[in-house]
Amino acid sequence: MTEHLKMDQVQPRLLDETEQGALHAPMPRPEGPLKVTGTATYAAEWKLDGMAEGFMVRAGITKGRFKVDASSVEDMPGFLGVYTDRMVRNSAQGTAGTNPVQPGDQVQYLGQPIAVAVADTFEQARDIALALKVEYTPDDDAHVVMDDSATYEDDDDALDQGDLDAAMADAAFSVDGMWTTKPHNSAAMEPHATLAQWDGDKLTVRSSLQMLNYNKHEIADSLGIDVKNVRVLSPYVGGGFGSKLGMSPECVAAAVAAKALGRPVRVVLHRNHVFETIVLRTETRQRVRLSCDAEGKLTGIGHENWQANLPDEGMAEPVDLATHLLYGGENRRYGQHVAMLNRPASGSVRAPGEAVGMLALENAMDELAEKVGIDPIELRVKNIPDRHPENGTPFSSHGLKACLEDGAERFGWSQRQAPKARREGEWYIGMGVASAARLNLLMESRARVTLNPDGTALVQTDMTDIGTGTYAILGQIAAEMLGIPAEKVTVELGDSDLPEGPGSGGSWGAASAGSAVFLGAKGIRKKLAERLGCGADELRLQDGVATGGNNRRPLAELMDGPISEEGHLEPGQTDDDFTQSGFGAHFAEVAVNAVTGEVRVRRMLAAMAAGRILNPKTAQSQVWGGQIWGIGTALTEGIEHDPRTGHVVNNDLAEYHVPVNLDVGDLDVMFIDERDDQANPMQVKGIGELGLSGAGAAITNAIYNACGVRVRDYPATPDRIFPHLD
Amino acid sequence: MQITLTVNGEDRALDVDPRVTLLDALREHLNLTGSKKGCDHGQCGACTILLNGRRINACLSLAVMHDGDEITTIEGLGQPGNLSPLQAAFVQNDGYQCGYCTPGQIMSAKGMLAELDMGWPSNVSADLTDIPDLTRTEIRERMSGNLCRCSAYPGICQAIEDAATEEGMTKREAAE
Repeated sequence: MTEHLKMDQVQPRLLDETEQGALHAPMPRPEGPLKVTGTATYAAEWKLDGMAEGFMVRAGITKGRFKVDASSVEDMPGFLGVYTDRMVRNSAQGTAGTNPVQPGDQVQYLGQPIAVAVADTFEQARDIALALKVEYTPDDDAHVVMDDSATYEDDDDALDQGDLDAAMADAAFSVDGMWTTKPHNSAAMEPHATLAQWDGDKLTVRSSLQMLNYNKHEIADSLGIDVKNVRVLSPYVGGGFGSKLGMSPECVAAAVAAKALGRPVRVVLHRNHVFETIVLRTETRQRVRLSCDAEGKLTGIGHENWQANLPDEGMAEPVDLATHLLYGGENRRYGQHVAMLNRPASGSVRAPGEAVGMLALENAMDELAEKVGIDPIELRVKNIPDRHPENGTPFSSHGLKACLEDGAERFGWSQRQAPKARREGEWYIGMGVASAARLNLLMESRARVTLNPDGTALVQTDMTDIGTGTYAILGQIAAEMLGIPAEKVTVELGDSDLPEGPGSGGSWGAASAGSAVFLGAKGIRKKLAERLGCGADELRLQDGVATGGNNRRPLAELMDGPISEEGHLEPGQTDDDFTQSGFGAHFAEVAVNAVTGEVRVRRMLAAMAAGRILNPKTAQSQVWGGQIWGIGTALTEGIEHDPRTGHVVNNDLAEYHVPVNLDVGDLDVMFIDERDDQANPMQVKGIGELGLSGAGAAITNAIYNACGVRVRDYPATPDRIFPHLD
Repeated sequence: MQITLTVNGEDRALDVDPRVTLLDALREHLNLTGSKKGCDHGQCGACTILLNGRRINACLSLAVMHDGDEITTIEGLGQPGNLSPLQAAFVQNDGYQCGYCTPGQIMSAKGMLAELDMGWPSNVSADLTDIPDLTRTEIRERMSGNLCRCSAYPGICQAIEDAATEEGMTKREAAE
């Protein structure tokens, strides 16, 4: 049976009535013991009889055609084959559900996957891939720099409301600036890997992917086979951050080679290949304009951006996503211009849009506050709109003011001084603040919940846990709803044969997959209530005992066998009628070296309003992740493309600087008590990307407060600070 | 080439291609996949193991260089249901998210605590001759060779602090 809900209206707060106490508890992850003992099995760690090893071959030119000469390597030890069929240009975009570009013999960027070399062992395959002769016919019209001579695709539907130019001209105070951010790489610790195995027409793919419900279609479409013949297994995923939203190139390469050889083939991407063939976050150039009256009330906002991608990707970084809803001001203008370049494809990296857009917007707000002469928190609070400032819909809930004000209190914001006023030895000390906002999304989702008479339960969905805590929270939701301890619930994830969840991405996992589990368990509660002879709203379940209508029976007496229900959630009217967003405030205290310009983040606070918090331990880890990614975007991360070839020069973890342990000061996280009734039947909102939105801007605003240097070009490496120090 | 490694107390004879790294010998030849391959370049620390008691990146060394050596991997510390103090503390403090860097973090912590116990100074130690204290800053510095993109660093540090005594920080205690 299926318990279905289309989210057309507010649902009762059932999770505030249940009494098990499994939810809202800081439960450690149930899969933790497997992870800390190295016994959780990631994609590359499966072994199959007769398995061969593949190594990807990358294009050595920027644009043109190629032809491989397999005879150049066929005498090498262990050689099994070199395959170019159906090779995809780059990983699929998130939620594509169809094949990425399959360019045949065309090369469109340096590093593009063009073949896979397969041999008996990994070492043999790697040597063959490196020795393979490839003949190139280069084109002379490659374009790799986002400059004026590039071809841009403009968003012709960009909003232009009121008259921003007039608002800027009439403003008491205004800011008009250009910001730049460099490309970012997700840099998940586990490289993409696939083990492909055919059984007749049936393909089983063990891979590291975030969204099996889309990935199975992407794989089938790329191979030209029926999706019914594809099974994808990703029970453990070593980080994703957007890079595993879409099927990666080695999925197709392994499947093609396995088919040709009649044996399983494993292909693991080399770290360089991860940097080149998997979508990265585009570089951006952003013009932000703010205008306000003498008191600091905004009259206009402009946010225009320039970015880059390969042709035919159909994805653009939504740089202005949060700008649309965060602050009022009647005159508003946006614009998006995507340069078509011969460089690795751009796509989703954690918090696409806000991760970079909020850097510029929140820096501009800091600059404006200084011009008006008011506290940056006051400026933000003053400009919180009553309704969405463009489409007029009401907010489902709005925690920004509470986050800013309660956060300020906890952080000790009142101790903040004027720029350069606080110095300890050779270090300037400063504080900064920024708002956070991340649109809340709900996706269609299914999950099967089975309750057994012995008081154990099973949750099954093709949803993934990429470190986000899915195993923990889905078990907790089922346990809470069914009135059993969380350790009695087994959660099965990451198998595309299970009911279709929403996939991990867009911060919608907990809300969507969680609601499907909630509904499945709700269906079971109805049946238990029937058997107990009470109404579903009278039923109370705790520690394996059902109570209701003057009856009290253990589950074992009430059930003659397992009860299984599928929960099915669909987004509905509340999605259209309300603007749903998580909100938050980031605070940072930094030290800037007065001689070298080196920045150290001493402490940060994230105050988050994201609806009901299911598990404060895993939610806190998600926010820590956001804060530390904020440190990376603010201070250390940036891909450098060779301006001659587009080559990713820093294509490894030594040269692309993700924050390390010592880069991170003391982190504090607080959650504002909130229920978002319009969001879903559990009143939760996404948290994984909210924690990053604005975090970097709080750091650069703190840099200004410390040393008086405004950084508008990210990352704020010392060379961008020390020349401007007194 | 024929070699014998003593892995987690057990002698394991291997016949390996000289190109096989110590990491791949463990993962592919001995099926000990707890040691992870994150970069294969010594940049991320996910493959950290103990070699004759000291922490190294197993991807940066060839298996044939280690005939007769003693190796401890994450599988040698504890198993589900029988976790070592560090492993249990990582679970309790959410010192991970995706879990991929975790075995390397734990092996690195194990080696790091031994180094601290022996009085080795670090870049952040105030004095090169004193036995350094197990401060948060010392932990951060000494664990900075182990990347965690999920960014569980606060939980990792807390787990190490919680488990340090049980892991045998004897000299430090004696000095106090």
